[in-house]
Amino acid sequence: MAAITMRGITKRYADGTEAVKSVDLDIADGEFVILVGPSGCGKSTLLRMIVGLEDISDGEMRIGDDVVNDRAPKDRDLAMVFQNYALYPHLTVRENMAFPLRLAKVPEDEITRRVEEAAQVLELQEHLDRKPANLSGGQRQRVAMGRAIVRDPKAFLFDEPLSNLDANLRVQMRTEIARIQKKYGTTTVYVTHDQTEAMTLADRVAVLRKGIVMQVDSPRNLYNSPANLFVAGFIGSPSMNLVPGELTGTNLTLPFGKVDLPDEVAQRLTSPQVADGEGSSTTTATKTGTRQVIVGIRPEHFEDLALVNEQDRGSGMVFRNRIDNIEWLGSELYAYLPYSGGEAIAQQLGQLAGDLDMEQTIGEEHQLVARLDASSQVKEGAEADLWLDARKIHLFDPESGAALARPPIS
Amino acid sequence: MTALTLGAEKVGAGTTPARGRTTKGASRQPGSGAIWKIGTAVIVAYALFPVLWIASLSLKSTADVGDRKLIPVSPTLENYRGIFTSGEFVRPLINSIGISLITTLIAVIIAAFAAYAIARLDFPGKGLLLSGALAIAMFPPVSIIGPLFNIWRDVGLYNTWPGLILPYMTFALPLAIWTLAAFFREIPFDLEQAAQVDGATPYQAFRKVILPLALPGVFTSAIIVFIFCWNDFLFAISLTSTDAARTVPAATAFFTASSNFINPTGQIAAAAIVVTVPIILMVLVFQRRIVAGLTAGAVKG
Ligand SMILES: Nc1ncnc2c1ncn2[C@@H]1O[C@H](COP(=O)(O)OP(=O)(O)OP(=O)(O)O)[C@@H](O)[C@H]1O
Ligand SMILES: [Mg+2]
Repeated sequence: MAAITMRGITKRYADGTEAVKSVDLDIADGEFVILVGPSGCGKSTLLRMIVGLEDISDGEMRIGDDVVNDRAPKDRDLAMVFQNYALYPHLTVRENMAFPLRLAKVPEDEITRRVEEAAQVLELQEHLDRKPANLSGGQRQRVAMGRAIVRDPKAFLFDEPLSNLDANLRVQMRTEIARIQKKYGTTTVYVTHDQTEAMTLADRVAVLRKGIVMQVDSPRNLYNSPANLFVAGFIGSPSMNLVPGELTGTNLTLPFGKVDLPDEVAQRLTSPQVADGEGSSTTTATKTGTRQVIVGIRPEHFEDLALVNEQDRGSGMVFRNRIDNIEWLGSELYAYLPYSGGEAIAQQLGQLAGDLDMEQTIGEEHQLVARLDASSQVKEGAEADLWLDARKIHLFDPESGAALARPPIS
Repeated sequence: MTALTLGAEKVGAGTTPARGRTTKGASRQPGSGAIWKIGTAVIVAYALFPVLWIASLSLKSTADVGDRKLIPVSPTLENYRGIFTSGEFVRPLINSIGISLITTLIAVIIAAFAAYAIARLDFPGKGLLLSGALAIAMFPPVSIIGPLFNIWRDVGLYNTWPGLILPYMTFALPLAIWTLAAFFREIPFDLEQAAQVDGATPYQAFRKVILPLALPGVFTSAIIVFIFCWNDFLFAISLTSTDAARTVPAATAFFTASSNFINPTGQIAAAAIVVTVPIILMVLVFQRRIVAGLTAGAVKG
């Protein structure tokens, strides 16, 4: 077991693609860190640089106290679980798991003992003498993990280990991975583009975009206090509503209404950090103090006005809007609200949506997603009185995408 | 043999549509099944009839050779006894086996490394190397026989085993490299990387993971190379002069019967059967190993 330290890690492929750009990341001993990001953002490349299957173009990679930049994979003592499992098809499950031990010249009785133990942990005892071709997807996945844990390596590395499994099995194996990682307490780096996996498994999540680490934090902080537009849009499902806004002092104008930001938000806005211009905020601020912002609102921070108590009404914004569409899910209700006037920032948001590789509620459609209480009586196709919790509003600089007035990290 | 093939075809045609495997398309429709069967029968008969005729000749006594009957009137093993006792055949048989085996062994080993590099590495001149190899394999051997004959006599390779092994290698290597490279490309690269992460040196990864998986390919290319050497007549007849290196195809051309006035047809036929049977056996034995599917289960599946 060991910590993994990256300093300025960069990957330039032969064709000039910079897949990973100067990544600094500290992974503590025993920590479970997940790399997420849209397809092609360099997650696999970064993981493969840790394990040594990809050369490091620039920067320093340390495992424990050793700089491993120039070490072959076999000398790094890491175990990797591949997306397609990469089991040796000509060997039995037993021999697959024993393979790394054989190479390390572990004595035969020790090999038997460790393989049996791993098989027990992974419930593979009955399958030890079968070939991978005769196993189910979940069993193969377990064999791949078995091959990793028999070695007691310095760290486990996973590259989208669950993406080939069906939904049920994925949930089951997810718990399995969490259990095994806790049991062995081994440092783990795990790549996925499934944010549910990231949120449920990780101690900390690193969000990547085009080879750059956008934010590294606990799942909770990523959700509650995204450092920039990208993280805000990427984390959370359905994702955060991003709408254009105009800020004058503490007064925020949204396409569907105006709100006076509550003191707690206003204070953060006037804090020295923001006043100094975090990001390039000064460029959009005018002399009169009016500036363009992008406002982020999570779907759950809307509510049916009828269900909000008097006390809370004051700290939010009350507005009336048409409801296009309703999805009632029993425990909750999603309402889709059309609005107009998003052109000012459509370009930034469109680009963001492209990066996020997803259809967004932003862009041309101009639609908000609101999660309301299931008991709400709002009607499809009718106007409704709604409430927005202004205390939970996120503000972003439209140019740099940096968060303004970030909610405090809890 | 013919009946057996036909029988299998019938079963295949009958069950295929029932299993719903329509991917093979219209040719497997019940209506066209009969045409396929007849076609197969014609081709098999056409290909096997000469073999049958030679087998029949080899079992005839010298007197019956010209009787134009398929079934020998009085079958005899006289011809086989003759070729194995005369020494005219035994020594060339040893040459054939030795030269073909040595060529196959060396060619497959070298080709395995070359093909692996070609399949896995990106190095400058790779395309040139591959097309060069292909060009050599396509080269008409007859065009180099003359110079080769002179050179071999000057350097002392004429009428020796190495004198045949060398030119065979020139043609066998490209064959083997192309077949093996195709097989290596089929093996998931991840397996090798997994092996490296598991602690294997590149050589260990090759020997313990890639090679066992490429075994069907190795067998295939070995058989192709072996058959190429075993069947060669041109080099054998041109570059040898005595039993020291003469192989069976060349030697049969020099067969003399026990008496000058007797036609050695029966013995030539016996020799032909003796050199054909091992090839048929070899292909039948290894056919199962050639069948792909060994890599099944390596990846998600
Ligand atoms: N051998 C290569 N040569 C050039 N560019 C490459 C090479 N391998 C990957 N890339 C590029 O590097 C970038 C990052 O690739 P990587 O495989 O790390 O993405 P990823 O985040 O793992 O994506 P996914 O979620 O789709 O697996 C991509 O833009 C890809 O096109
Ligand atoms: Mg990837």
